[in-house]
Amino acid sequence: MSRPVLFTRERDWHPPQYHPGYKSTVLRSPRRNLISLEQGEGELTGPVFGHSSLDALDNDLIRNYATDGDAIGERIVIHGQVLDQNAKPQPGILLEIWQANAGGRYRHVVDGYIAPLDPNFGGCGRCITDENGRYHFRTIRPGPYPWRNNGCQWRPAHIHLSIFGHAFAQRLVTQLYFEGDPLIPLCPIVNTIADPKAIDMLTARLDMENQTVFDSLTYRFDMVLRGQRSTFFENRPEGN
Amino acid sequence: MVVEYLKETPSQTAGPYVHIGMAPAVAGLKVRTQDKPWVTGLKGETIFIEGTVYDGDGEPVRDAVLEIWQADGKGTFDKGQAGFARASCDLKTGLYRFETVKPGGFAWRDGRMQAPHITVYIFARGINLHLHTRLYFSDEEKANSEDPVLKMVPSQAARDSLVACVDPDAKEKTYHFDIVLQGERETAFFDV
Ligand SMILES: [Fe+3]
Repeated sequence: MSRPVLFTRERDWHPPQYHPGYKSTVLRSPRRNLISLEQGEGELTGPVFGHSSLDALDNDLIRNYATDGDAIGERIVIHGQVLDQNAKPQPGILLEIWQANAGGRYRHVVDGYIAPLDPNFGGCGRCITDENGRYHFRTIRPGPYPWRNNGCQWRPAHIHLSIFGHAFAQRLVTQLYFEGDPLIPLCPIVNTIADPKAIDMLTARLDMENQTVFDSLTYRFDMVLRGQRSTFFENRPEGN
Repeated sequence: MVVEYLKETPSQTAGPYVHIGMAPAVAGLKVRTQDKPWVTGLKGETIFIEGTVYDGDGEPVRDAVLEIWQADGKGTFDKGQAGFARASCDLKTGLYRFETVKPGGFAWRDGRMQAPHITVYIFARGINLHLHTRLYFSDEEKANSEDPVLKMVPSQAARDSLVACVDPDAKEKTYHFDIVLQGERETAFFDV
């Protein structure tokens, strides 16, 4: 069976597994070569998530874990479009996000940072892109936080993102940063990425045109998943 | 002819708090609509898969989250989300556990049959781009010996790292599959 295959993942564009500036990579990075595998049915199919598995508050982090009021912090909307490498909008993409609260504290059993928890903030959201590949979340801007890495270093404000394409080989987990944050160039996790243009792709832009007046600032963040290679060479006999 | 195309969004580590977004109950959050994504409705023999992810010092990677994607017992892929599952390593012991069905084999791109296997992704703090491996089954010796992907794996040790072993003492049918991120017993990982 011949299915269109995806563009090769450019491993130099993504961060390398071993990057001692980010010390957790030292013992968690494989040292042998990855084995190159052609993409077959198991790689080119993937789970399809339906809108029925979501509710109206899933993409509203200001309210989805609230008990007696809105989450505290700078109210923002993050919106954008999911494309593939051929610039084709990707509908039906499940996005999952997680983030710290306005003070930089995560609602997680292992986070012991001194900043307080917000009783009205969980920090977890989900949504599925519409027919044009568009999505939006409402949340509060997360705070920077310190972590143990070469002494005390600080993460820039960021939102973690998990993205499911239509093929399991398109799967991607990444982080979104905010335009103008002076902590971005100081961050060892950001700096696992070599190319400034790649870091730029992870930076959400302030979008004043789409502010919610007297309510929220808006940031624009588009994502690109691996695209199908044109079927140009597919007539060639396979297995060579 | 140069065909223009966009660069893929670059990856970043899932970090230590990955559970908030991908397994909220493990982080201590109330579960809203995020049911544990789980293999449901796949036809086949029920099996359990258990194991631990180890780092280069042999310490369990207790914060890892694993995802699997697989065919049903006849080797067919579901058009919905059946066949997908996610499991978190236990924050104290590091042990993970999946309940799923034993997949059937299906054809490789060139038509040769592949042995029954499951695709496994690993996400954790310190992993900058999720790792991709495959789980094969110790009780499929003949199929494994003919599997076109296993044949590409360069050493016997690396092939062995991909084979989950039947646990002879377990009441329910259970396979044991450890993943070693680095070192002598390093698991074979793929670039797809
Ligand atoms: Fe974080």
